[in-house]
Amino acid sequence: MFKRMRLRETTRPDNEKFFVASQWQLFRWKFLKHRLAVLSVVVLALVYLGALFAEFIAPYDPYAFQPTLVYAPPQAVYLFDEQGQFHWPPFIYPLKKTVDPVTYRPEYTEDRSRQLPLELFVQGDPYKFWGLWEGDRHLFGVRGGVYSPLGKDSLGRDLFTRIVYGSRISLSIGLIGVLIGFFSGLLIGGLAGLLGGVVDIVIMRITEIFNAVPTLPLWMALSVALPQNWTVEENYLAITIILALFGVVSGASRTVRGKFFALKEEDFVVAARLDGAGNVRLIMKYLFPNFLSHQIADLTMSIPGMILGETSLSFLGLGLQAPAISWGVLLQEGRSVKTLAENPWLFIPAVFVVVTIIAFNFVGDGVRDAADPYARI
Amino acid sequence: MLAYILKRLFLIIPVLLVVSLLSFMIIQLPPGDFVDAYIRGERGRGRTISSEEEASLRVRFGVNDPFLVQYGRWIAGIVRGDLGVSLALKESVSKIVAERLPLSALISLLSFLLVNLIAIPIGMLSATRQYSVADYFFSILGFLGMGVPQFIFAVVMLWGIYSFTGQASVGATSPEFVGQPMSMAKFLDLISHLWLPALIAAATGTAGTIRIMRANLLDEMEKPYVIVARAKGLPRRKLLYKYPFRMALNPFVVGLAGVFPGLVSGELMVSITLGIPTLAPVLLQALEMQDVETAGSLVFIISTLSVVGILVSDILLAIVDPRIRYE
Repeated sequence: MFKRMRLRETTRPDNEKFFVASQWQLFRWKFLKHRLAVLSVVVLALVYLGALFAEFIAPYDPYAFQPTLVYAPPQAVYLFDEQGQFHWPPFIYPLKKTVDPVTYRPEYTEDRSRQLPLELFVQGDPYKFWGLWEGDRHLFGVRGGVYSPLGKDSLGRDLFTRIVYGSRISLSIGLIGVLIGFFSGLLIGGLAGLLGGVVDIVIMRITEIFNAVPTLPLWMALSVALPQNWTVEENYLAITIILALFGVVSGASRTVRGKFFALKEEDFVVAARLDGAGNVRLIMKYLFPNFLSHQIADLTMSIPGMILGETSLSFLGLGLQAPAISWGVLLQEGRSVKTLAENPWLFIPAVFVVVTIIAFNFVGDGVRDAADPYARI
Repeated sequence: MLAYILKRLFLIIPVLLVVSLLSFMIIQLPPGDFVDAYIRGERGRGRTISSEEEASLRVRFGVNDPFLVQYGRWIAGIVRGDLGVSLALKESVSKIVAERLPLSALISLLSFLLVNLIAIPIGMLSATRQYSVADYFFSILGFLGMGVPQFIFAVVMLWGIYSFTGQASVGATSPEFVGQPMSMAKFLDLISHLWLPALIAAATGTAGTIRIMRANLLDEMEKPYVIVARAKGLPRRKLLYKYPFRMALNPFVVGLAGVFPGLVSGELMVSITLGIPTLAPVLLQALEMQDVETAGSLVFIISTLSVVGILVSDILLAIVDPRIRYE
C-alpha cells in the first residue's frame, strides 16, 4: 500500500522526480499502473518458470506410460478424510480400475481404504535437467502410488507433466519468432526507410502483399513441404521460422520503416547528421531509442499470434509431430469430439493456451500504453 | 468513383501475381516431381518403368522445363479454369472448387457482416457509456474473444452440440437438401446451419473491432468541434450520428481490410473442426496426403478470396470517405 502511494506521488506531473526520470523509468511507472498487465506478467512469469524447470516441476517422465491407467481422470486432493478428520499434508486416494462389461471402457473409482499423502521433493522418474545434470527429485508427488493432478491421456501418460513439458515448445516459439521478427524487421524496415526510393517501394509492396494473404493456409502448406526425415528440433526451428516470416516480419518492417520516415526529418536527427554522425551512429543513438519501446509493444502483441499459429497447426496434425510435445500436439487427442466428451480433461491444455494468450494481450496493452509518450500518466 | 474502382482493380493484378508465385513455389518445394510420384505409384502396382520411358514422361509433363515455363503453364491453366486433377481426391480440382468455394465465400461474407453488425453498435455503446457496467462487460468479453483461438471456440461449441444432440459435426445443410438444386428453402436451411461457424470465425475480428471503434469514437468525442456543436444546442444523439460517428468510421473501415484475411483463416479452422464442406477440409486432406498440386491451387484460391475481400472493403472506404481516393 505504501509503495503504491509513493508511485502515485512520483508520477504526479508536478513532482520533480517526474521531470528528471529517464525514458525507461517513465516506462516502468506507467506500466505498473496497468494492474491487469502487471498481473499478467506474474502469470506469464509462472508459466515460463514452469517451462524452465519442467523436469523438476513435472511429477513424472513425459513419455512414461501406464497401460493400467489409460484415460484416468484428474484426482482430487483431500484435507479431510471420510470421518471428517483433518490431515496434513493433504492426501489423495489411489484409483481403482474396473472395466465396463458392455462398452469395455475403463472406469475409475477412488480406493477409500488407502490414503497417499502428498509430499514435496519426492523421488520419482529419473531425468537429466536441461540435459546436463541428473536427478530424480520432483517438486511434488506421492510414494507407493500414482497422482495425476490433471488426469492421464490415451496411453496413460500424465497430462500435467506433458503440459509442463509442452510449454517449452509452445512458449519459446513465440519468443524466438518475435526475436527473428524484431531483427529482420529492423533490417528490412530500416533499409526501406533509410534508402527510400525504389528499394522502399519494392519492399513496401511486398510486405503489403504478405499482409493481404491469409497466413494460415500458407503456414499449413509450408509446414507440409518440410522434409519428412527431419528431427524434432529441425522441424521446430523450421516451423518457428515459417510462422515468424509470414506473421511478424512484414508487420515489423512496416512499422520500423514508418518510424524511420517520420523521424528522418526531425530537427535533432538533422542536427546530428550535420554534426557528422555516420549512418550507424545515427541509427543506434538517435533513431533506435525513439521507436524501440513502440517496437517492443508491437512485438509483444504479435507473440500470441505465433503461439496460436503453432497450436492450430499442431492441432491439425500439420505442425509438430508426435514425439515432440507442445500444447497443440496435446490438443490433437481432443480432435475427436467423442473422445473429448468422454474424457473432458484432455481439453485442459486449451485452458493454458487461452490464459497465456490473454496474458500476453494484456501485457502488450500495458506496454503499448506505457510506450506512448503522449499518454497521461 | 468509377475511376478509383478501376484503379483498385488494376492494382490487384500484381498482388495476385505474387500470391500465385508463392502458391506455385509451395508446389515446387518438396523434393521430387510429379513423374517421380507417378513412377512410385506404378512400381507399387508391380510395373517397372524403363529410363527411356521415364525420360519421355518427363518431356511430356514438362517437369524439366525451367521454373518460369512451368509456372506459366500452371497459371495459364488457372486462368482457363483448369486446376488439374487431384491425385489424392481422384477428382478434378476445378469441380471441387466450384462445389465448395461458394460455401467458403458465404461463411467469410457472413462473418464479415456479423463483425460489423455486432462490433459497431457495441463499440458505440462502450464509448458513449464509458466505464459503465456494459462497457466493462463488453471490454472483458472483447479480451476473452481475442484470447480464445477460433478452433478452441469451435471445439467447445461442437462439444456442446454433441452432448445435447449426439451429432459429431454441424454440416452445411440438413440431409434432405443434400444434392438438391438451390431454392429458397435450401438457402434458408443453409443460413440456419452456417450462422454458427460464421459467428465463431467472426469472434476474434469482432473483439478487436469493438476495441478500435470504442477508441476512435472516444478520441473523436473529445474534439473541440463536438463541444462547439453541443454549446450551440445540437441534441446529443443527432450530433453523435452526424459527426463523431462518421469520423470514427473511417479508420475503422481501413481496419476492416485487415480483418478479412483473419476471417478466411478463421473460416478454415472452424470449418475443419465443425466438419463443414468448404475448401478448408479439402485443403487439409490434400496436405495430409502430400498432394501439393491441389494444395497449391487451393492456397491460391483461398488467398484470392481474401484479396478480393480487401478490395471490397477498400471500395467501401471510398464510399464512406470521399477524401480517400485523392491520396
